[in-house]
Amino acid sequence: MEWDWHYTGDIIPDLLRGLRYTVVATLLGYVIAVLLGLVWTLLRRTPNVLVRQAVRWVTEFIRCTPLIPQLFFVYYVMPVWGVTLSSLTAGVITLGVHYSTYTAEVYRAGISDVPRGQWEAATALNLPRSRVWLDVVLPQAVRKVIPTLGNYLIAMFKDSPLLLAIGVTELLSTAQSIGSRTFEYLEPMTMVGVLFIVVSVISSILVRRLERRYATN
Amino acid sequence: MSEVLDGYEQWLKGAWLTLQLTVYGSGVALVLALVFGLAGTSRHGGVRALNRIYVEFFRGTATLVLLYWFFYALPLVGIKLTSTMVAAVLALGLNVGAYGAEVVRGSIKAVPRAQYEATVALNFTPFQRLRRVLLPQGFALMLPPFGNLLIELMKGTAIVSLVGLVDLTKVSRNLQGSTGETVAAFTVVLVLYFVVAQVLQQFVRLAERRVDRMLGRRPSREPSLGTISAGAPGAGVSS
Repeated sequence: MEWDWHYTGDIIPDLLRGLRYTVVATLLGYVIAVLLGLVWTLLRRTPNVLVRQAVRWVTEFIRCTPLIPQLFFVYYVMPVWGVTLSSLTAGVITLGVHYSTYTAEVYRAGISDVPRGQWEAATALNLPRSRVWLDVVLPQAVRKVIPTLGNYLIAMFKDSPLLLAIGVTELLSTAQSIGSRTFEYLEPMTMVGVLFIVVSVISSILVRRLERRYATN
Repeated sequence: MSEVLDGYEQWLKGAWLTLQLTVYGSGVALVLALVFGLAGTSRHGGVRALNRIYVEFFRGTATLVLLYWFFYALPLVGIKLTSTMVAAVLALGLNVGAYGAEVVRGSIKAVPRAQYEATVALNFTPFQRLRRVLLPQGFALMLPPFGNLLIELMKGTAIVSLVGLVDLTKVSRNLQGSTGETVAAFTVVLVLYFVVAQVLQQFVRLAERRVDRMLGRRPSREPSLGTISAGAPGAGVSS
């Protein structure tokens, strides 16, 4: 069968609308992932053993289970417990929480890469704990992990099509519904692939720039 | 809860499919990773370009997008993959293989340069170099990120539930529909995936310890930022 350029042109606006949902879901999820990841990391350093172990198990569990059943869990189980979420909200929350367990690992490695001397100096200066963290440790740790965090943004973008499992009309599901209307799947599905590659390649170039900027002190 | 557990035969069947997809997918991924990863260390620019094209292309597309493309678009241009299973294994293998290729390339490059020079001095053939010196040492570096990729691939298999294969995820959805026990169905499936992941992880640890012992090394436990960014989905070993 032949590639139909006219048809391709017709479906582009719809696909771009789908792409916008994909991007919005990814960015909102990313905010959750970046903030919650830091919370996990800090909780894993509290003196309370129970809290530390609980956080370890919860994050390990989330990291080791796939996104789609997690989406089902949030979308279908929460209403049983009295919290009804829209599919987009459920998708964003699941995506964010899932990736927060990865960003937590990144922060942890970033924090343990901060030289011991920095901690010792902060202790010698008798800084309060909050200032040790906010003014000494975190600024250095976060700086180092920025490129890695950027990579997770790309990874989340590529996981966002999974949200169609709970009925979010993002890019891929838009293409699927166009296809089922016209019975022409080749153009919409291929264009989805093209759009994904374009966005990922652009963002990986940006991440590489970040790397060059932050990798060397 | 009981009705969901009564469906244990379905769970077993689903788990079997998930496991099959994981094994076949990682087999394909491993072969692709080695071929294209080694291509990335080649002296010839053209061969290196092959590595770049493969890696950028298949890392850039989402697995589900690839699977949908195989499923919906390929038959229209006259290419019919014999089954959904083949399409799924290919989609997973091609995608994870691209990450793996970066791991292989980075690990081979991380083998000290003197080792390579020694193989030249000893007049090894290129194959002997790889087989006797570069791969065994690179392998110790590859294993931990490979372990991560294996878990990623296992989790990635859940996408087949969206194109009609009955894996663990699909079973949970079916049982939720037929029994109405939403909480139980989706809790059980998550626990099952967790168990599978733990088994795979133990398996990788065992392999790590064996390789470390073979090379007379002490395994290091804490991953540093470097290895994390190497294993990060969407990332490669930047070098």
